[in-house]
Amino acid sequence: MQRALTLQQTTIGKKVIMALSGVIIVGFTLGHFLGNLNLYLGPEAMDGYAEKLQSLPPLVWGTRLVLLFAFGAHISSALSLWVRNRQARGSRYEKRKDLATDYAARTMYWSGPILLLFVVYHLLHFTILPAHPGEVYRNVVEGFQNPLIASVYIAGNLALGFHIFHGIFSAFQTLGANHPRYNSYRRDAAIAISAAITIGNLSFPLSVLTGIVTL
Amino acid sequence: MSEELLNLTLHVWRQDGPNDSGRFETHKANDITTHMSFLEMLDVVNEELIENGKLPIAFDHDCREGICGTCGMVINGVAHGPQKLTTTCQLHMRQFNDGDEIWLEPWRASGFPVLKDLVVDRTAFDRIIQAGGYISIRTGSASEANEMPIAKEIADQAMDAAECIGCGACVAACPNASASLFTAAKISHLSLLPQGQAERQDRSRKMVAQMDAEGFGGCTNHGECEEACPKGVSLRWIARMNRELVRSMVKADAPIENRKR
Amino acid sequence: MELRSNEPAGPIENRWEKHKEANKLVAPANRRKYTVIVVGSGLAGGAAAASLGEMGYNVKCFCYQDSPRRAHSIAAQGGINAAKNYQNDGDSVYRLFYDTVKGGDFRSRESNVYRLAELSTQIIDQAVAQGVPFAREYGGLLGNRSFGGAQVSRTFYARGQTGQQLLLGAYQALSRQIEAGTVEMFSRTEMLDVIIHDGRARGIVTRCMKTGQVSPHIADMVVLCTGGYGNVFYLSTNAKGCNCTAVWRAHRHGAAFANPCYTQIHPTCIPQAGAYQSKLTLMSESLRNDGRVWVPRNKEDVTKRPEDIPEADRYYYLEERYPAFGNLVPRDVASRNALNVTNDGLGVGPEVDGERRGVYLDFDDAISRLGEQMIRERYGNLFDMYERITGDSPYKTPMRIYPATHYTMGGLWVDYNLQTTIPGLFAGGEANFSDHGANRLGASALMQGLADGYFVLPFTVGNYLGEVRTLPPLADDHADVAGAVKAVEERVQKLMNAPDPKHAPEYFHRKLGRIIWTKCGMSRNKEGLEQALREIPTLRDQFWREVKITGTGEELNQTLERAGRVADFFELGELMCLDALKREESCGGHFREEHEENGEALRDDEHFSYVAAWEWTGNPGEPRLNQEPLTFEYVKPTKRSYK
Repeated sequence: MQRALTLQQTTIGKKVIMALSGVIIVGFTLGHFLGNLNLYLGPEAMDGYAEKLQSLPPLVWGTRLVLLFAFGAHISSALSLWVRNRQARGSRYEKRKDLATDYAARTMYWSGPILLLFVVYHLLHFTILPAHPGEVYRNVVEGFQNPLIASVYIAGNLALGFHIFHGIFSAFQTLGANHPRYNSYRRDAAIAISAAITIGNLSFPLSVLTGIVTL
Repeated sequence: MSEELLNLTLHVWRQDGPNDSGRFETHKANDITTHMSFLEMLDVVNEELIENGKLPIAFDHDCREGICGTCGMVINGVAHGPQKLTTTCQLHMRQFNDGDEIWLEPWRASGFPVLKDLVVDRTAFDRIIQAGGYISIRTGSASEANEMPIAKEIADQAMDAAECIGCGACVAACPNASASLFTAAKISHLSLLPQGQAERQDRSRKMVAQMDAEGFGGCTNHGECEEACPKGVSLRWIARMNRELVRSMVKADAPIENRKR
Repeated sequence: MELRSNEPAGPIENRWEKHKEANKLVAPANRRKYTVIVVGSGLAGGAAAASLGEMGYNVKCFCYQDSPRRAHSIAAQGGINAAKNYQNDGDSVYRLFYDTVKGGDFRSRESNVYRLAELSTQIIDQAVAQGVPFAREYGGLLGNRSFGGAQVSRTFYARGQTGQQLLLGAYQALSRQIEAGTVEMFSRTEMLDVIIHDGRARGIVTRCMKTGQVSPHIADMVVLCTGGYGNVFYLSTNAKGCNCTAVWRAHRHGAAFANPCYTQIHPTCIPQAGAYQSKLTLMSESLRNDGRVWVPRNKEDVTKRPEDIPEADRYYYLEERYPAFGNLVPRDVASRNALNVTNDGLGVGPEVDGERRGVYLDFDDAISRLGEQMIRERYGNLFDMYERITGDSPYKTPMRIYPATHYTMGGLWVDYNLQTTIPGLFAGGEANFSDHGANRLGASALMQGLADGYFVLPFTVGNYLGEVRTLPPLADDHADVAGAVKAVEERVQKLMNAPDPKHAPEYFHRKLGRIIWTKCGMSRNKEGLEQALREIPTLRDQFWREVKITGTGEELNQTLERAGRVADFFELGELMCLDALKREESCGGHFREEHEENGEALRDDEHFSYVAAWEWTGNPGEPRLNQEPLTFEYVKPTKRSYK
């Protein structure tokens, strides 16, 4: 007797899980970026914003829990598909030419793990082991004044940009949104959201490095 | 239609059988006219190999007019070769230049084991259709054909999806060797039509389960399949398949059993 | 040999119903006890296997392709006729019957043709219910077009891929039965012989094309739906794999072969471009609706670019000779005229074997009259295909076309039940001879294949099994079975071990095709046929002496597969020429130069109103002729004229 089929067993189900968890993570990333714009309003605004968030433990922990769950689902589905997709090819082509795959799509399996490492580093840097607990503005600016740290953030955010560009575009397709009349908007939306987050996020280390934002 | 003669170097995948590991062999194809089809060029090479007592290159082909879906090989890294919307059998040598090196490989996918040289076993596609790619109608029990009007737009869309020739280029081109475009084309063709509604929920679940059981990879939305498809079958059908599957998984009362290869 | 057509008597419109009522039946619970072998998975075979499986018989279906979905029915472009009269233009079953008998030049059996016309409407119902996406009008109802010069619009179509969609419908029905376990499918398996036991067909011997394994399959009866023999010409519009082996093996066991000389030539194919050419590609006949056919008036101009030849020097030969029909004359007339002008040295295009075999099909007028956009809408796909193959754009320069073999009306002789002269051996689709007479109408091949497969064979198979009741069991080691297996194995060995191996099978096939095409093609005469009958046996002997096959018989070996098929084409080709020589008249696809009047075919109803059913005698050069007289109670023979 075979087991009953479940959605998460299927390759499509796994992609749906990746799409939905991806939407959650992108949603958080967008919010995270908007909140971080406080950096440009000075230390009081930035630290005040952080304090306000910390004063709402249910929100903070709720978000963390949801994110943890989303990351878990996203990564485990990705791993399972990655293993499966490698096996599905069998032997490798000697010559292989991509006709449609763009850079972002091709590098998903690279940008993913890089992002994971970056997120771990980012959490260690600012959340778990901050240099000056409670002084968010100072931590950020001091951190980014170090060119090495800034370049880690720049690299991480570039990977993020490519990853969510293909991710958003791909999520539309996975979740079944494909109609010739509206398809150009899918790409536009993916470009707009990923560009906004990436350029925004890149602006933080760059403004510190160029001295626009200082202590 | 000027004619030219080409001298080419072929690097051909040779594999004695499913259990052989395979290797590339180099063959010369000389004095090939640009009017020849790609398969006629291989015919010429093969006839020479036979007359010299060697084994000809095994490759699948039948109608040689781009509709049966039998032929197919990866030519210089592209399924069915460099010309868009063209099967290998309709590819002509005027797409190549004198002195070209041409790499010929079989469709590579665990779901399509190599039988010999460039010939692969595509019965997995048959099993996907057997899982549910049909409308159950007993011969002779059909009602009058014009009883049920179908909007032209819907009929045209169903025909777009039904154009698939089952050649397997989508699997060959997909970085994950996914059979999504093939499976989606049939699910969409039948789910678009009113006749296909009765079995809609079971069909998508069974066909997707079979597609997965055959060892094909998952779709990661690269779009290589659509580019390689000689019939221009659209990615939109994959989106539709995804909708169909989620919908039936959520809606259906009774679960179905998972499927085996 | 006695040829009993087993047609029911009485008014023609009641014959099939009456026949079905008199049929012996097999009870549903007993059906699974019977094994039925179906060879071929095209429209006829696929539909028959699916329908028989659905009824509960234990079906084994075989095809040489890697999947039943690839049978050559898939390549039919135009459409399928059905007497639905949806267009309110006065069509009826009787009119379709009448057109088909007349189109077949009065060489078909009226009862069979009437049944075909009658079943045509059910085919459309069945296909639509299966989800075949036929073209529709804006109101959502089925669209029709007029095809092949018919005076009513009765052709249903699915873009330019009607055959594909109908075949996929049958394939899906077959897949459903494979899933249900009623049909066991053997793909990449080639039938190489019939097993005859006690005077009945009781199975087949096959070779697995993946492993070379030769094995017997025992059954209660065998149905052959293995298509036509057009590849005897080497170059044809058939798929490369199409072959006559199944029907020829049956013929050698006693199944009469009917009217082999009736072959159809399609006028609009892309001409041969070189000696290496492996097949010819058909371009839809609809092109003649807007294209004008011409060749240069002067031999000096044949190598000029067509654009450089002034209007006065262009010979629009169809328009000049047939002012009423012009470029839309029937297939055989258009084909023969192309042959005549190229025989006169006016052919255009590349020279192959010292001849230019091509005529222009020019859209210049149509483009200036209707605009390029309109032409693109009508023929865009075809023009693209033409450009892919030839490298020329028909928007800029005239197409070159030439006739090519397309369909064979001849085939295994069958009675009204589609049973051959071997009890228990049935033949459906293009493999039999029954419905098209000497010439098939456009859009009728799909109709016949599906009528046989869905609606005729399921009844007549049951009738046969109901009649024979229980057949004695037949074991694999019985002498009749083991003997058949051994014969196949020996033949494989003989092919593999020719005494003086020199050439690949294609070498001989091309030569055979050349003989048949020039001597028994569009136009035939006594002298040529007699010459062919001298050349074929010589070439055949050379083949068996010099055919070279590398590799072994115990593996996937495409050269061996081809060699076996070519060997059978040699014998069939000889029979074709004999039949053509014997038939001293011109009818349908068979044109004898001795029997014409001002270029028009002269039929001889007094002496040749019969089906020529040839019987194997053991010597391919001396078959025995049996005649089934044809009588016409409803459609009185008249002379065709298109002047």
